[in-house]
Amino acid sequence: MAYVKAFVVGGLLCAIAQAAMDLTKANPAIIMVSAVSAGAILSGLGLYAPLVEFAGAGATIPLPGFGHTLVTGMLEDAAQWGLFGILTGGFKAVSAGLLSAVLFGYLMAVLFNPKG
Amino acid sequence: MTKANIREQEAYSAFLEDFRPKRATLRNIVVAFFVGGLICTVGQGVLTYIMTRGIPLKQAYVLTSSIMVFAGAFLTGLGVYDKIGSFAGMGAALPITGFANSVVSPAMEFKREGFVLGVGAKMFQVAGPVIVYASLSATVVSILKLYVF
Repeated sequence: MAYVKAFVVGGLLCAIAQAAMDLTKANPAIIMVSAVSAGAILSGLGLYAPLVEFAGAGATIPLPGFGHTLVTGMLEDAAQWGLFGILTGGFKAVSAGLLSAVLFGYLMAVLFNPKG
Repeated sequence: MTKANIREQEAYSAFLEDFRPKRATLRNIVVAFFVGGLICTVGQGVLTYIMTRGIPLKQAYVLTSSIMVFAGAFLTGLGVYDKIGSFAGMGAALPITGFANSVVSPAMEFKREGFVLGVGAKMFQVAGPVIVYASLSATVVSILKLYVF
């Protein structure tokens, strides 16, 4: 059941992004930026955490999950340190994703050459 | 060809013109749904597997993202992910594997311009804006959440 939920919710998020791109004719980068910001806003409204609870990886793997993780991390540290927590908590929460992107991204760029 | 025939043909091609872009959009949305859903299902599989190894939920989510980033980066290196991307659009771009793809693609492409000004500078060409606006919106949301609501 967890797999079905992940499939449907993850698929729906991608379908919404695709519809937004086709209807507005926007550049994919603009859709990605909007999606990640939408994730942060939905997280602030308290709507994204239940979605993660429901769909697991279906909600955390798409980019809005990145915005949600940032907000969650900021608020977690802010609960303890106030405003200062916003500075420390966000990147702490997404550190693994960002560092993985830098490390693996660099590694693959060194190892492989563009095809075609 | 008779006049009636021509008129009929024109009406039909006008009808098609009206229809074609919508059909293409529908196809794109359906494909994005299935491919995006499938990538998330794989992510769910990774998450489930990690949790059977006794890793707590929060760390399991973090590790899953990391593994998916690796997978996206590796498949981009092999030249596979760009094919999935051109087939599935946002279905491939929106998952975190697509984020990894957006890092590796320009990094590979600009390797010929050197490892500092090529790979180093260009790898966040697309991922950079995503990080910038994610940070900005998350900060604004958090401040509002802390002091206003």
